Amino acid sequence: MSIAHPELDASKTVRSEDYLWKLNFGPQHPATHTTLRIVLTLDGERVVDAMPEMGYLHSGFEKIGEHLTFNQYVTVTDRMNYISPMANNVAWHGAVEKLLGITLTPRCSTIRTIVAELARISDHLLSNGAVGLDVGAFTFFLYAFYQREVIYDIFETLCGARFTNSYTRVGGVSHDFTPLVVQKIRDFVKNFPRTLDDMERLLTRNRIFVDRTKGVGVLSRAEAIARSATGPVARASGVTRDVRKDDPYLSYADFDFNICCASAGDCYARYLVRMAEIRESLRIVSQAIENIPEGPANVGIDQRTALPSKQQVYSTIEGTISHFELSMAHRGFEVPCEESYAATEAPNGELGFYIVGDGREAAYRARCRPPSLLHFALFPSLIKGHTLSDVVAVLGSLNIIAAELDR
Amino acid sequence: MTSTSSPINDVLESLLGRFGPLTTSTFRGQTRVVVQPDALFEVLSFLKDSGFDLLVDVTSVDYLEYRGAPHRYGMVYLLASTETGQRLTLRVFLDDPNPCVPSVVSLWEGANWLEREVWDLFGIRFEGHPDLRRLVMPEEFTAHPLRKDYPMQGRGERHNFPIITRDHS
Repeated sequence: MSIAHPELDASKTVRSEDYLWKLNFGPQHPATHTTLRIVLTLDGERVVDAMPEMGYLHSGFEKIGEHLTFNQYVTVTDRMNYISPMANNVAWHGAVEKLLGITLTPRCSTIRTIVAELARISDHLLSNGAVGLDVGAFTFFLYAFYQREVIYDIFETLCGARFTNSYTRVGGVSHDFTPLVVQKIRDFVKNFPRTLDDMERLLTRNRIFVDRTKGVGVLSRAEAIARSATGPVARASGVTRDVRKDDPYLSYADFDFNICCASAGDCYARYLVRMAEIRESLRIVSQAIENIPEGPANVGIDQRTALPSKQQVYSTIEGTISHFELSMAHRGFEVPCEESYAATEAPNGELGFYIVGDGREAAYRARCRPPSLLHFALFPSLIKGHTLSDVVAVLGSLNIIAAELDR
Repeated sequence: MTSTSSPINDVLESLLGRFGPLTTSTFRGQTRVVVQPDALFEVLSFLKDSGFDLLVDVTSVDYLEYRGAPHRYGMVYLLASTETGQRLTLRVFLDDPNPCVPSVVSLWEGANWLEREVWDLFGIRFEGHPDLRRLVMPEEFTAHPLRKDYPMQGRGERHNFPIITRDHS
């Protein structure tokens, strides 16, 4: 079947690059979800090359970290991965406490484990929901968002903020769990699995969704390791690595849960891993919520890091002094002149902070190891050879959060 | 990868045996090794073969205002093993006027953007990097903003950006 004009059929004399055209994907595009840009080189509808461009949301978070105290900076970590701010709060203060050498109370570490896992559920819901949305499964996205709303509601009851929680403090948390919060989490754990079943029925074996994601954006195990992929992206490629198991922090060692892996390494495998991780997180939350240790949530006055309770402030001299010292500038913590790195398994991958202390109560250097950055670097190799419509599927399955990418 | 499961001390010992006396220290369970810039590439490639196959992060610290710091910059390489989960931190100290280390992109592809970020924000050059452009700051930018002598408010670059008018766009 030849409909080409004989005069135009001299394709051999035309350079192949002439057929290629450039397409700017983003920075303002509904399917990037955040502000990032990809310059695609296309041959018809096929992606020949992709050049990711970032920095549109660069706000100098690491520079700000050198000027805000350890407690103030938690507000900035909220804005890194704003899909799961709680996980960032926990990661930041976990790193600070490692530098300062503070051991949390058992109650606090269980509370932080619960909120971090709730954050993981809400992050995975959005991430998978967005993949669904981008490849045309709008209902799935609404189911996911409705459940995220329930988690927001829990966080609002807990600390007054829905999105930017700023929940943790050095050596503790801003608000202890109340019976109402515990009840709401119990309700969520009880009701959510039914919705999750519905969601899986909607999408996991949906022919259109499977066709759009299976075999698209395949990342091999060797590539995943060589390119420093972590989290669900690496686990979907068969890297059995999870900081929660390898290097248990908080109370993860006390709970029974599995690491979810797949071997295919494509967008569909990443979707499946995230879905399975939601169930595992639910298991952790359901175990933890019934076993929250009694006792204070914050470390004691003698540690001189967390603000004492109002009752202590008004009725004991130690409490008054401690409150005063912590509230005054340059009188708070004793920070060693050392540096340390602490990693947590954030929903997106390994989120770590490399903090250098120089005696002041602000970090001398607050490096954030953002999982999104390394995952976005994977993008060109994953998309090459696929069609333009697969760009959104791959981008969604990597779960790139530009605020964390650029910081 | 024959020695993948060997404990961190064995790796350290063989590292010391091969590369001579290196300063090692431990803080909060984290083992750090200080190497010379010219030995960095060999050490990293040796560690990669000894089981530390994951490059977790490459970052830098500017010690300009750090009390008693003998060097201006510190490069930090965080390594981990995907098999054992062990971690190792490598540190290299550099000085002005030409802070430069060999690029490790040939060992780990993932180092590409991490090194670009360090170049962008600290101005440390990576020799042999395939594409050493700025990562987060705009191309026209001349300073390296995470250096300690760069003020947090900036130097007014924001007001001096070329303005694209409607006629030119």
